[in-house]
This record gives sequence, C-alpha cells and structure tokens, in this order.
Amino acid sequence: MAQANRPLSPHLGIYRWQVSNTLSILHRMSGLFLTIGALVLTAWLVAAASGPAAYGMLAGLLKSPPGALLLFGWSLAFFYHLCNGIRHLAWDAGHGFTIPGSRATGWTAVIAAGVLTLLFWIVALTGNGG
Amino acid sequence: MAEFRLPANSRVQPGREHKAPAGATRVRKFRIYRYDPATGGNPRLDSYEVDMDRCGPMVLDVLIKIKNEVDPTLTFRRSCREGICGSCAMNIDGTNTLACIKATADVRGDVRIHPLPHMPVVKDLVPDLTHFYAQYASIKPWLQTKSPPPPDRERLQSKADREKIDMPSNCILCACCSTACPSYWWNPERYLGPAVLLAAYRWVADSRDEATGERLDELEDPFRLYRCHTIMNCTYTCPKGLNPAWAIGEIKKKIAERKL
Repeated sequence: MAQANRPLSPHLGIYRWQVSNTLSILHRMSGLFLTIGALVLTAWLVAAASGPAAYGMLAGLLKSPPGALLLFGWSLAFFYHLCNGIRHLAWDAGHGFTIPGSRATGWTAVIAAGVLTLLFWIVALTGNGG
Repeated sequence: MAEFRLPANSRVQPGREHKAPAGATRVRKFRIYRYDPATGGNPRLDSYEVDMDRCGPMVLDVLIKIKNEVDPTLTFRRSCREGICGSCAMNIDGTNTLACIKATADVRGDVRIHPLPHMPVVKDLVPDLTHFYAQYASIKPWLQTKSPPPPDRERLQSKADREKIDMPSNCILCACCSTACPSYWWNPERYLGPAVLLAAYRWVADSRDEATGERLDELEDPFRLYRCHTIMNCTYTCPKGLNPAWAIGEIKKKIAERKL
C-alpha cells in the first residue's frame, strides 16, 4: 500500500482535543499511573510487615511534600479511573453512545472524580488516622 | 508500539504567504497543507488570504477559488459539493469533515486545513485510501445467503428490519471517522477502524443476511475489532451524523451474547 517516500499526514499534533479523546487518554494515563501506585501500595504493606523502622522510613517519604503530592495524584487518578470506568461499563452494555450523552457522562465523571477526591481527603485528614 | 512523532520526511515546514488582493473587503486566512511529490521535500503549510465577500460560504468554495485564482496546483478531491459523495473529506479546524458542507463561518480565527490524519499523502489534500478500501472489501460488504432465493420475488424485509440498517447504510465511506480514531492511527494495518466496522455491522444487522455467525467469527479478533476503546472520535466527527461507536458496541455485544 504505502509508498515509502510518501509523507504521513499529521495526526496527534493537529487533531482537536475534545471530550472524547481527552477523557480517553486521561483514562489510559490514570490507569498507568495507578499501576505504579499499586507497586507503592505493595511497598507500603511490605514495610508495615517489616517493622517500625522500615514503616517509619516509607511513611516519612509519603508524608513529605512530593510524597503527599503523589498520594493526592493517586487518589485523583483512582477516582477518575473509577468514574470513567463506569462509563465504559455503560458503553459495554450498549448505553451512552450519543454525542450529547457521552459529553454529559464525561463531564459527570470528571466532576465526580474531583468531588470524591476532595471528600476522601477531608475524611482522611480530619479522621483520627491523620 | 505506536509511533507518536511524524517521520522525518513528514514534518510540516512553514510555507508561503499569499496576501489578499488589493481592495479585499472581508479577508480570512486559510492555512493549507501542501505536499508536491514531483518536487520532493517536506510538506509545508501555506497561507492564503481570501476575500470572503467574493467567495462562497463553504470551505470547498474557498479551495476552488484558490485553485482557480491563486494556485492551480492546489490538489484536492471533490465531486458532488453537497455531502453525499465523500470525496472532499479532510481535516478542517482540527476535526475531520467534508469541505463542501463545512461553513467557514463555523470556524473561529484562521482556518487550518490538513489531509485526513495519519494517512500516506499522494499530493496536498489527497490521501492514499487504498488500504482503507482493501479493509472494506475484507468484510465482504454484500449480502451472503445459503437458502435458495424465493422463485418469484426478491428477498423481502419488514420495515422494522430495514430500519435496523438505515443508519449504517447511510455511510458514504468518506473515511472521516477511521482517520479520526487514535486506535486506527496506531494500528492501521490490523485494526479495521470505525468506518469498516460500521459497514460490518450493517451486514450483521441485516435480517436477510445468512452469514452472521461467520461475520462475527471474522470480527472476533483482538486487533480487527477490539482495538476500539470507545474513544468516540468517530461519532463526534462523522459529517453524516452517523454513530460508528454505537455500531461497534453492538458488534461487541452480539459476540458476547452468543457465548451466553
């Protein structure tokens, strides 16, 4: 098919970012980021099992400003991936394919993820665990 | 692995500027992708200032005016000028559509015009659709039957059954949806893409077709069908208002249901 010397037309660099492709790539990226988070969660469990010294070191890292930022990022990624995953579940069942419908559910997922993250941190920081 | 960057020979260079003629009253700037295989070199983005008081309302009118009055080498496909042939499919203002039914008034600022994304470019706004058509042929887009036809009439279909294939039958194969799909960009060789899957659904859903099982067998493949991740760029961009994303979802559902 393609002749070797023919140029490839521009794609990612020129295509308009819309609700459709933006939320899709965010779903991918949050999923990838959560995979790294799962490793950190494992490290946290291992540290907890290893004793106070190891646990204290890891907890110290996670409570430092960069660590806290990462934790916030993981919570946001978790709630976004969860909410957008529910959209995918609806699509798999055959619902939500209209343009206005997918825009509405997309914005709902984004707003719900923000609200849930906020609630999560309010509970986490005001509860007796903090 | 997906290649996100354009190959070195495909990166777009700044191009020439064509100023509006003296006395122009309502000037708009059109930035158009140009590539000439005869002269070689990289593609470039030329800009053309057009007096909209002396031009029709659609992007195709602008392209024809530029070709007639400024640069006769500007190359693009066009035929029906009313959104039914699908020839003038291109990327306008960041999304794929038909130049003949896209009003310049609907675009804010400079109007950027590129060929359909992630396709080999023959010249200027003309992409090579050979592979796209071959994929279309691969789903056997014709009625397949095993039973003998009725001796005295055509194979009939109820109005309700016909309505099931109304939407997919309206596809004009302009390739706007397939070339809007990031999954198709990264796996054009193996993923069929929304246009071809919409066509596949048209035959799967046809009450007269007797090869539904075989058709679903062919589609049930990690690449041919399941590279669709419901991004929905296809449905957002379809100039005919069709819904390939929904049709692909229906195919996935049919495959899942027959396993129950």
